[in-house]
Amino acid sequence: MTDTTVNSIGAAALPKSRSYLATVGRRLRYDYVTLFFLAIILLVAAAAIFAPLIAPFDPLKTSMAFRLKPIGYRNFLLGTDELGRDMASRLIYGGRMSLLMGLAPVAIASIAGGCLGVIAGFIGGRVNTAIMRTVDVFYAFPSVLLAVAISGTMGGGVANGLMALTLVFIPPICRVSETATTQVRHLDFVDAARASGASAWRIIVYHILSNVAAPVFIYASSLISVSILLAAGLSFLGLGVTPPAPDWGQMLANLRQAIYVQPLVCALPGIAIFLTSLSFNMVSDGLRQAMDVKS
Amino acid sequence: MAIPDSAIPRPGRPKLDTVPRGDPRDRGGKAQPLLIVENLTKHFPIRTGLLNRGRGAVQAVEDVSFVIMKGETLGVVGESGCGKSTLARLLMRLIPQTSGHLIFDGDPVEAMRGVSLKEFRRNVQMVFQDSASSLNPRLPVVDSIAFGPRAHGVKKATARAGAEELLGKVGLMPDLFGGRYPHELSGGQKQRVNIARALALHPRLLILDEAVSALDKSVAAQVLNLLRYLKRHLNLTYMFISHDLGVVQYISDRILVMYLGQIVEIGPADEICGQPKHPYTRALLASQLSTDPESRIETAPISGDPPSPVSPPPGCRFHTRCEFAEAVCAAKAPAFANWSEPGSHVARCHMEDPTSGHSRARVSGQSPAYHTRAIPAE
Repeated sequence: MTDTTVNSIGAAALPKSRSYLATVGRRLRYDYVTLFFLAIILLVAAAAIFAPLIAPFDPLKTSMAFRLKPIGYRNFLLGTDELGRDMASRLIYGGRMSLLMGLAPVAIASIAGGCLGVIAGFIGGRVNTAIMRTVDVFYAFPSVLLAVAISGTMGGGVANGLMALTLVFIPPICRVSETATTQVRHLDFVDAARASGASAWRIIVYHILSNVAAPVFIYASSLISVSILLAAGLSFLGLGVTPPAPDWGQMLANLRQAIYVQPLVCALPGIAIFLTSLSFNMVSDGLRQAMDVKS
Repeated sequence: MAIPDSAIPRPGRPKLDTVPRGDPRDRGGKAQPLLIVENLTKHFPIRTGLLNRGRGAVQAVEDVSFVIMKGETLGVVGESGCGKSTLARLLMRLIPQTSGHLIFDGDPVEAMRGVSLKEFRRNVQMVFQDSASSLNPRLPVVDSIAFGPRAHGVKKATARAGAEELLGKVGLMPDLFGGRYPHELSGGQKQRVNIARALALHPRLLILDEAVSALDKSVAAQVLNLLRYLKRHLNLTYMFISHDLGVVQYISDRILVMYLGQIVEIGPADEICGQPKHPYTRALLASQLSTDPESRIETAPISGDPPSPVSPPPGCRFHTRCEFAEAVCAAKAPAFANWSEPGSHVARCHMEDPTSGHSRARVSGQSPAYHTRAIPAE
């Protein structure tokens, strides 16, 4: 029945349509700023993953003879800290903790908050009110305060820190996904899907998630840098990692007293936090622009 | 490239382009209306205040009864806000009705021993007014079309093949358009995709809610011709909703006129347009723009806005704007009988009822008096 086809300009001359992901990928390929910061993230990630192979020294080995040495002192590429541990090694190992604390809470919160938001938005009515007003309670506190409060109550440690950060990120992600769901929920294509006799579950999986995933993903990626900063802040306050293990926030806290002895060395963990979190921010921004395909 | 017989798992399903006149899906025979709508009413409660207490209700659809015969096109016209779209959504069961019921090919919908909702929805599909928002912007159109059959348990490859076949049917090359996203299509193309999506489940009744209203005149004409072509080939029945009387006149066999949630007149299309019975229908017809300078009119045949559907006027709902209104019109509601006879031409008006007491009421066997205007022009 292709003889009924209407095409006045000749089918062969028309370009094939590109898929959504292909379009996004194509845009990203020419976005050099985003690619540059993506490279930094990959560098930090690679360093964290292959830390034992790259690190020149044991990050826990103290040495009273070489305390607070400047950058480039003998074999210490980036100097040493207040206990004579190699800064370069500690920064490389510390990246592990920062990336974990940056990615894990956001990932968990995206799934939990995303689902909660979709449920609230799709069902609407009283379920929506119940979920969203509960979420609003968490909004009343500044995120730092909330993270410190949760961490403080549950005690220090990586697991508790992770949980605290996850709880902090669930409300905003939930709100983003609820808004996206509500916007889509009342469009005709959802009605059309219902009219075709599909179950609510199938409609959510097929029609709602495809429209909610992008905004949630973009928003969550912008939270990674916030999460890294918050985690560093928790460690700085002594609520994160337990001392000997290297962590950027904690290193910053411990080196604080030596700021007048070796200002450059003391600034290194701060620079690492800044660079990583900036990179995540820039990449998230680039992604948002690239993924804004509609129009 | 025929659509696979297994596209919908049901024995004896005919191939799409060779549906014989005698449709095997037919249960009740030719005389059995495809859809009987009986006393359908929808009130939307108005909720205000802290405790969501009801303060009245919008009477969007009030006591609507009609039949749709097999193979016909029933046009539905009326002003904006008269309940046309609510009626369509009620028929699709997208919103629950306040009261009333539907009988599909002799079987009550969603009742004991009747047809299930899923079964009903496979047989009745809808094309929405807004061609843009009725397609998922994140899905290639072929997947949007294939979604319905997939929801009914058809395998992905089969459903996609069927969707591509349908794209060809509505005049879009499957290879070229199937992988496209809605934003890569024009309005007319999107509406073609919507029609293909509605046809994917092989429905028997297609509800077209302002399907061509948002399109350019030339594109609308193409789509209308496509609809006629599809109806012939796929053994379809249409309910065509529009505010544009011209379009409805062109495509319909019978026309149903709505005013403020009620049917005011229903009858064969040429009778409705040639000898309208209800003053509202006459006003609607007179308000159509004409290319004939002789039939130019200076004053609008009907003025003002319809009354609020929250508190509709008592008696005849049209009496506040009717030029023939008398005391009886405000006192009691006119009867509306014989709606279930498909060939009948009935109007909800006191002038139609010899016993109503209206001074212009028709005398049995005589031509009714309303063919003369109340206030003669000049």
